[in-house]
Amino acid sequence: MLMTVNQATATSVERNAVVEARQLGLTFQTNDGPVRALSDVNLTINKGEFVSFIGPSGCGKTTFLRVIADLEQPTEGTISINGMTPEQARQARAYGYVFQAAALFPWRTIENNVGLPLEIIGLSKAEQQARIKRTMDLVNLTGFEKKYPWQLSGGMQQRASIARALAFDADLLLMDEPFGALDEIVRDHLNEQLLRLWRQTNKTICFVTHSIPEAVYLSTRIVVMSPRPGRVTDVIESTLPAERPLDIRESPEFLAIAARVRDGLRAGHSYED
Amino acid sequence: MMNSKPSWQVGLALVLCAIAMATMPMLANEAVAPMSSGTTTLVIALIALPAVASFAMFSGLASAAVLFIGAHGAAWLLIANISGNEGMARMPFFLLLAAAWLLAWRCVALLSAIRPLSKQVRTFLRLLIPAIFGAWILIIWEAVTRGAGVPFILLPPPSAIAARIGNSLPILAADVRQTIFKAVLFGYFVGCASGFVVAILADRVPFLRRGLLPIGNMVSALPIIGVAPIMVIWFGFEWQSKAAVVIIMTFFPMLVNTVAGLTASGHMERDLMRTYASNYWQTLFKLRLPAAAPFIFNALKINSTLALIGAIVAEFFGTPIVGMGFRISTEIGRMNVDMVWAEIAVAALAGSVFYGVVALIERATTFWHPSVRGGRA
Ligand SMILES: Nc1ncnc2c1ncn2[C@@H]1O[C@H](COP(=O)(O)OP(=O)(O)OP(=O)(O)O)[C@@H](O)[C@H]1O
Ligand SMILES: [Mg+2]
Repeated sequence: MLMTVNQATATSVERNAVVEARQLGLTFQTNDGPVRALSDVNLTINKGEFVSFIGPSGCGKTTFLRVIADLEQPTEGTISINGMTPEQARQARAYGYVFQAAALFPWRTIENNVGLPLEIIGLSKAEQQARIKRTMDLVNLTGFEKKYPWQLSGGMQQRASIARALAFDADLLLMDEPFGALDEIVRDHLNEQLLRLWRQTNKTICFVTHSIPEAVYLSTRIVVMSPRPGRVTDVIESTLPAERPLDIRESPEFLAIAARVRDGLRAGHSYED
Repeated sequence: MMNSKPSWQVGLALVLCAIAMATMPMLANEAVAPMSSGTTTLVIALIALPAVASFAMFSGLASAAVLFIGAHGAAWLLIANISGNEGMARMPFFLLLAAAWLLAWRCVALLSAIRPLSKQVRTFLRLLIPAIFGAWILIIWEAVTRGAGVPFILLPPPSAIAARIGNSLPILAADVRQTIFKAVLFGYFVGCASGFVVAILADRVPFLRRGLLPIGNMVSALPIIGVAPIMVIWFGFEWQSKAAVVIIMTFFPMLVNTVAGLTASGHMERDLMRTYASNYWQTLFKLRLPAAAPFIFNALKINSTLALIGAIVAEFFGTPIVGMGFRISTEIGRMNVDMVWAEIAVAALAGSVFYGVVALIERATTFWHPSVRGGRA
């Protein structure tokens, strides 16, 4: 294990890899017997990439993000984050995580929720205030600082949780269906904002979604997964330019990539029958 | 408009009035100061007129006001005229009392149906309704004990208890100081605080959790009657031994509730703290203790009553010559039941205030909890 990590370090320095998974597998031991959530996943995510994970429900997208985040331990294979083990990466606060649900603390106001990670890493009050203001602006929640989470709509809560992850400001951002609960217009807006943020900051983003257009619009690479056992069936490189206005979604190039993703998803499904 | 609907309470009250009129007089013939026919008529009028009026009135508030005046006026006249005639009341007396009570019931029903606009009126109604309720417990207690001549030793009327409280203020104050301000408060704070600290320790050190919780369970099952004399032997006759009993009684509910509360935070929230590489104490103070607050307050409320019971009962087993439990045990021996009831009333009042203060603090600190803000989760 230690050997493999060291080897991984050597290679990742050359290739600038942020996430490197080799023969990664994870089997949950449940009361109804073992559940194979991930099997034989080989994937390298380089610095500055925007990688989307798409696939049917239960194919292990969340599980893969959780393995990266050291919230789940793989049972086979190896994974390294910035050349470190997931545990070391977590201790080094290498990533920010946006969960499928908002997970805001009901006893804290929105601004204090956004400031929670900043309190934990021990930033100065002034720096905390500055970052809270900046990220609340980014997700259009200005004016709701003093509200409590239960006074906000579900979509606003989710935006607050995104602001919280952005305020944390790690180089790797893990996002698990962050926009799933939002309406189209807000979703478009946040997609644009996220792309802009990504271009400006050169962050590495792992993004789980069920929406093909969203995946194609955002990503430099799209990872198509299929269930039982969860595995990677296709990895599609995007040929779209870095600069992407919203109407790029009507271009033939965009539609071609979307069709490839759809085919990949179909193939994964038919495999079951 | 809905309020002008005839209500069964008012109808029944009128029927009771009619039966009462048919079975007069109200007091037995040998009564020393028989009720004048004027008073009798006044009582019946006070019940019947508002009853009829409430049928005709359209405003709920107006008929509630009329019913309020009628019911309480009639009750006051009935009780005032029983003095000197204790034990002489006949059936019409009780029928009219019941009729007045029915009017008060209808009055409360009307009041609780009112949807007031301003906040002050709403608060006032929230206080008025239970006040009417409590007043009627006392009115019926007073009228029945005196009207039917219930032996004093069995159940003294509230007026006698109130008079006893008024005459014995210095004694009661000394007892409260001894029992509540020393034994209860000290024992409560130490018991709750140590239960809380041990719960955190048990959370931090797994072997303590496995070892301590079963022992705590056993301690909580110890009968207080067995523990109290032992504490007197260990800590002497003064309040310290009572505080020790209170500590033993309050420690365990706090321990169990806090341990349960510490597991109340959600998985996702704990995972979130993990992604921030938050350490044990940060997670404890920023997530797990706030999430545990409803459980902890639950223990604080349970303990506020337990502490009072524990201290009073513990005083039955040897005290200096002061204290609420001591007073109860000696006065009952002397057949001074009014003093016993006076102590009970003071204990009930103190217990309610204690509980109320804890509940107010709870509302202020766990305002975010769905059970307090009355919203969705
Ligand atoms: N803690 C767990 N214990 C047992 N089985 C689990 C656990 N977590 C996930 N699984 C199983 O692993 C598989 C993958 O789950 P995962 O949550 O990663 O799916 P997903 O791709 O995120 O699905 P969705 O799109 O619905 O969010 C599922 O079959 C699920 O039942
Ligand atoms: Mg998922």
